[in-house]
Amino acid sequence: MPHYSIFTLARNALTGHDRWTEAWRSPPLKPHYDVVIVGGGGHGLATAYYLAKEHGITNVAVLEKGWIGGGNTGRNTTIVRSNYLYDESAGLYEHSLKLWEGLTRELNFNIMFSQRGVMNLAHDHHEARDLKRRVHANRLNGVDSEWLDRKAVLKFCPVLNGDPGIRYPVYGATLQRRAGVARHDAVAWGYARGADAAGVDIIQNCEVTGFTIDQGRIAGVETTRGVVKARKVGVVVAGHASVLAGMAGIRLPIETHPLQALVSEPLKPILHTVVMSNAVHAYCSQSDKGELVIGAGSDLYVSYAQRGGFNVIEETMTAIVEMFPIFSRVNMMRQWAGIVDICPDASPIIAKMPVAGLYFNCGWGTGGFKATPGSGHVFAHTIARDEPHPINAPFTLERFSSGALVAEHGAAAVAH
Amino acid sequence: MMQIPCPWCGPREQQEFRCGGEAHIVRPADPAALDDAGWADYVFMRRNPRGIHRDMWNHVHGCRRWFYLARDTVTDQILAVYKVGEPPPEVDADAPGTAEPGR
Amino acid sequence: MSAGAQSFRLPAGGRIDRSSPVGFTFDGRAYRGYAGDTLASALLANGVHRVGRSFKYHRQRGILTAGAEEPNALVQVGLDRARTDPNRRATQVELYEGLEAQSQNRFPSLAFDLSGLTDRVSPLLPAGFYYKTFKWPAALWMTYERAIRHAAGQGRAPGRPDPDRYEHVHAHCDILVAGAGPAGLAAALVAARSGARVIVADEQAEFGGSLLSEPDGRQVGNRPATIWLADILAELSTMPEVRLLPRTTVFGYYDHNFLGLVERVTDHLAPADRPGSLPRQRLWKVRARRVLLATGAVERPLVFPDNDRPGILLAGSARSYLHRYAVAVGRRVAVLTNNDSAYRTAIDLADAGVEVPAIVDIRVDPTGPLVDRARRLGLTVMAGHTVTAVAGKGRVAGIAVERLSPDGRTLAPGVHSRVDCDGLCVSGGWTPLVSLFSQSRGRLAFDGAQAAYVPGTSVQAEHSAGACRGTQGLGACIADGHAAGMAAVDQLGLTVRRPADPAVDDPEEGPARRLWSLPGKGSSGRRKAFVDYQSDVMDKDLKLALREGYRAIEHVKRYTTAGMGVDQGKIGNMNVLGIVAEATGAPIPEVGVTTFRPPYSGVAMGTLAGRAPGRFLAPVRTTPMHDWHAANGAVFENVGQWKRPWYYRRGGETMREAVNREVAAARASLGMLDATTLGKIDVRGPDAAEFLNRVYTNAWSKLGVGRCRYGLMLGEDGMIKDDGVTTRLAEDHFHMTTTTGGAAAVLAWLEFWLQTEWPDLKVFLTSVTEQWAVISLCGPSSRQLLWEISDGIDLSAEAFPHMAMREGRVADIPARVFRISFTGELSYEVNVPAAYGAAAWEAIWTRGRAFDVTPYGTEAMHVLRAEKGFIIVGQETDGTVTPGDLGMDWIVSKQKPDFIGRRSLFRADTVREDRKQLVGLLTESPVEVLEEGAQIIEEEVPPAPPVAMVGHVTSAYHSPNLGRSIALALVKGGRAREGQKLYVSMPDRTIPVTITSPVFYDPEGARQNG
Repeated sequence: MPHYSIFTLARNALTGHDRWTEAWRSPPLKPHYDVVIVGGGGHGLATAYYLAKEHGITNVAVLEKGWIGGGNTGRNTTIVRSNYLYDESAGLYEHSLKLWEGLTRELNFNIMFSQRGVMNLAHDHHEARDLKRRVHANRLNGVDSEWLDRKAVLKFCPVLNGDPGIRYPVYGATLQRRAGVARHDAVAWGYARGADAAGVDIIQNCEVTGFTIDQGRIAGVETTRGVVKARKVGVVVAGHASVLAGMAGIRLPIETHPLQALVSEPLKPILHTVVMSNAVHAYCSQSDKGELVIGAGSDLYVSYAQRGGFNVIEETMTAIVEMFPIFSRVNMMRQWAGIVDICPDASPIIAKMPVAGLYFNCGWGTGGFKATPGSGHVFAHTIARDEPHPINAPFTLERFSSGALVAEHGAAAVAH
Repeated sequence: MMQIPCPWCGPREQQEFRCGGEAHIVRPADPAALDDAGWADYVFMRRNPRGIHRDMWNHVHGCRRWFYLARDTVTDQILAVYKVGEPPPEVDADAPGTAEPGR
Repeated sequence: MSAGAQSFRLPAGGRIDRSSPVGFTFDGRAYRGYAGDTLASALLANGVHRVGRSFKYHRQRGILTAGAEEPNALVQVGLDRARTDPNRRATQVELYEGLEAQSQNRFPSLAFDLSGLTDRVSPLLPAGFYYKTFKWPAALWMTYERAIRHAAGQGRAPGRPDPDRYEHVHAHCDILVAGAGPAGLAAALVAARSGARVIVADEQAEFGGSLLSEPDGRQVGNRPATIWLADILAELSTMPEVRLLPRTTVFGYYDHNFLGLVERVTDHLAPADRPGSLPRQRLWKVRARRVLLATGAVERPLVFPDNDRPGILLAGSARSYLHRYAVAVGRRVAVLTNNDSAYRTAIDLADAGVEVPAIVDIRVDPTGPLVDRARRLGLTVMAGHTVTAVAGKGRVAGIAVERLSPDGRTLAPGVHSRVDCDGLCVSGGWTPLVSLFSQSRGRLAFDGAQAAYVPGTSVQAEHSAGACRGTQGLGACIADGHAAGMAAVDQLGLTVRRPADPAVDDPEEGPARRLWSLPGKGSSGRRKAFVDYQSDVMDKDLKLALREGYRAIEHVKRYTTAGMGVDQGKIGNMNVLGIVAEATGAPIPEVGVTTFRPPYSGVAMGTLAGRAPGRFLAPVRTTPMHDWHAANGAVFENVGQWKRPWYYRRGGETMREAVNREVAAARASLGMLDATTLGKIDVRGPDAAEFLNRVYTNAWSKLGVGRCRYGLMLGEDGMIKDDGVTTRLAEDHFHMTTTTGGAAAVLAWLEFWLQTEWPDLKVFLTSVTEQWAVISLCGPSSRQLLWEISDGIDLSAEAFPHMAMREGRVADIPARVFRISFTGELSYEVNVPAAYGAAAWEAIWTRGRAFDVTPYGTEAMHVLRAEKGFIIVGQETDGTVTPGDLGMDWIVSKQKPDFIGRRSLFRADTVREDRKQLVGLLTESPVEVLEEGAQIIEEEVPPAPPVAMVGHVTSAYHSPNLGRSIALALVKGGRAREGQKLYVSMPDRTIPVTITSPVFYDPEGARQNG
């Protein structure tokens, strides 16, 4: 694997960049692997990377039906934070945030993790109560989080609408300074490059069409490119989790909903943090290219169409213009949708399945991107050891029977 | 954005409606007789199909009636609409997808 | 550069209005143009080509096109702090008197841009360079990032809120025609004549599309093209079912034939001339039975070294400037082409007196009528040649021309010739605009002859016509428009006679030569041949991406950012596909195509938001007594959509003082509260009691008429959803109350069960929240006051016990009086018809003075209920709390076999002993009021994180009746901890607290039952 640095860049510049080699190979699909990961998004590639790096399991294939990073990894609004309410979630997302902080170095690939802070706005004292509850819990869980009063909010983000007479004026906000945004595609590519270097086969354009199950134990997967044997199969397919689970005869508590996002035309730097609001219902940051990156809400019906209602775009633009009246004349440049798999408690499932050797990592809903490194890390552990890492132990499928849900609706009420 | 044919009001814009999720999940007659997993299956587990789905919709900004759609979740084409109590019609996913919106 | 006044304006011709000169400024310098000009045409008329700096390398860029696809000429229009628009395409900005425009992305000036240095070091900055560097030291990334951000971006956001107004229009039609060029108008005419309701939208100020760029002598049938156009427009404009929308872009094609259009209503007017009665823009939301796409085609450039130099234009665009605006793009203009269409430009330029020193044609043996005509005019055709370098810095000064090798991949040996010129027109062929078709989910097909994607299979009720589906030639486009119009009309079941297709002289065009990336001289490091001008992507960037394994077309796009700029790849996408195909050896259709996403071109966020921000963001609900509250010092708070008095400020009171006063009064004598906002549902029908049995945890069958009962509603997950008191008005009739915020959701929830699960139950639900005004009287004097002002109600404790309802008159107003209490005091809720609410309130207020009546707000209500340990759904509960958690097992029926959520109460996790339970908390210091939301721990000195949390504070107040602070909390295994000491953890300290019962005041209930 060619090392990336300013020096190798300069050296290659002398030869017109003709000598760079591929970031990852396109190897032929082998008939047998120790572990097959279904889904070449950020989570799947991270899982493969950590399987190789932390557990020495390198005979691994990542099977991607399209191109890697083409699902929600390449469609999200790139927010990374860990200020979740419950211990279980805080543990998971903070684990992830710590990995984010070293990821550029770890992968020798600049994933542009920009710790510019994430603010969650409160618009009245009721919202403030709920948000402060989170701030207190975060502090005790070792997650940086602070409460800003109205004045401090407007100082930290002067482009916010500070008019006290509006319907939902700014009352205060939580701020997680270590939170921020990252370059979404780079995360997939960085993990792919790292996994590939460790021997993992990344197979694109290979769709899984079924599982081979032998006496209650996974034996392999059927794909559009033939049967692949494996004693362990990890499935990380975002919106399509139910479809894959169905192939193994498993029912999931998941619905797949459209989630939309959009970007504006590029502007000179104007917004220097990430702002989210539940009451006004939108969130916004500015990319390094200068686009305002805006998340819309999800529609509440099952759909795999990657579309969503136009009214959601209108409502989101309303919220943005209400929060940032100076953005009114700025053009929306591109809108799109992804499909997200939503669990009833807005928390993921990262667990062993009733079929031995089969593992699912799903249900991230609207906020899976931020968890990419941590999710891959604990999922790799779960697959390698056939038992969950303590961090993902609460995120079972069985919690829906026992009732031990991790109800993070408050933390995840706005899609992000 | 879909145009949804409310069986009571006629075709209306999607945002007049709220989706209530999967249809035809019958509430168990004797929940106490179920084990935790059986109960969880009713409360939480969903088909979530890629393809033909029957779901419940409420015309919240209209007649406030609940009704059912058969819908292709891959294309969001509406294949059939029927009222509560009506037998679910057979639908064909390959039905022509170029239907015009209603007036 | 000539700075003469409009020295590039031809003496005659064009569609500009020479009688209306217009003054404007660009970068502070004054120029003149004419009405009918765009900013771009006016600048070109003044000899100004350089108008911007590129995104990444800050290269000088000129006007490339004459339309929405413009990738270079992005300008900031308007210098007002509030009304300034970034990234406007100069090619689309209609000129008005006093227009002020500025170039973007340069500092300090367009001619001298400090960031222009990046162009010098561009070899260090290939595609994706940022992934490979800026990694060390990690701590510096935020600094690097700041520099990157400042170099990137384009225009500037306004500095002040937008003062303009935007409106939304809903429309339905039979046929929506997108694009009013020859094909669109021909189709519209057919559709209109059939009687169909038709909307025709075109992004330009004037209908006509490519016809507007045709020379004067152009004939359609037996008429000049301009007359043909005028006749159609005249006919369409008289038809009542036809709506013509100029300056209107169809930007999005969504599901079920829903389309988004943006109409620019006043942008073309000088600010002073914009009528206040008109919105700046309108968003049209159109549901069309059939859609007719006639969006035309855009020309694509050729990829050769220095192809981004100001003075280089697309050939068709140069022709537009010539004929439509009477502007010559230079005095000596060369042409570079791979097809015949650019010959038109050469011929027309020559006809207009512009010198055309050379037509460089990369084809070896170009033939055909246009080529012949050019040769007959004496123009030099350099066949089999290409441009290998462009001289001039801010403007083309000449080109180097060399012969291509037979396969076109390299240069043939030989000497190059230099051609002096101040302009270069380029054509790489035409790309049909299939954005809207593709957005509609239609499947594209690849047309090998044109090397372009065209509409393949339709998915929605849609037709394409004219150049957007690859039709070439004016006559063919008109005929195609007629045919598509006929097909659409036929699908609608209408009939119409097909107009005769006019005869049009369209010279036949020979085949083009596809060389996606033309060879040049020198090292690849120095070669700068742009594929995507907007994103500064060069052919070698694409090859680098492929080399590095980014092979999927989406990877190529994302790694290089090709197609991700403001023009969304309109100019460059086909060249990207061609170069990738060539480099990988795959046929173009196998390369795949990136998804076309809405909007077709940028739409202001304010337009999409419309009138909704600000005053209309969310409804404000007020009670009939609102004005009284406002006049009497009420400070309001939001509760759901309602405005409720939070407290009433008297004189110079602080909030704390006001609340203390109100709380004390309610227990000492008499308080009055506006409780109108509580949700109220009328439940009626023979099965009403059975229905309540199923949705509440407790039993309702035996509730007597005239009696009230408190109820809890659970979700099927067993968690508390809402609460309230329900009263039996008759055997088959109940009055249910809900929380203020939950009213709508509870009604919807109940309807859901009734309609979908229990349609056999005969029950009707009606929201009566707005029908009743509710005044809660609270305190020992409440009975006495009612005694004085009511008729027909026996108020004695025996006749009218707690949890009962009586009907009668209060203040001579018909009323239902409920004896219920959310404060633990003797309390009555007086319900009167809403129209009498204000009168009843005034009467009670007036008559209550004798009892020192005190209006109190929600904050005092919260304190009063907290003193009694009464919960508030949403404050003591958060969707994870069961009745048992709140110590409310008494309300969960043991007899009923089932109710919604019952089964969930017996799951492994819900029967745990150490669930969080409702308790009271007392601080050591009576004046210490805890912070709501604070977390509770077991250690006085917290260990290092993570610290185990055993609970959190849900409510905390100063209780004037107890003379100290009180708090409610949810604590793990809390009921068993009564008397135990725990700690509330604050950032700077821990506060010791003692666990108590949540009922702080009158635990026996003597006061409310008295």
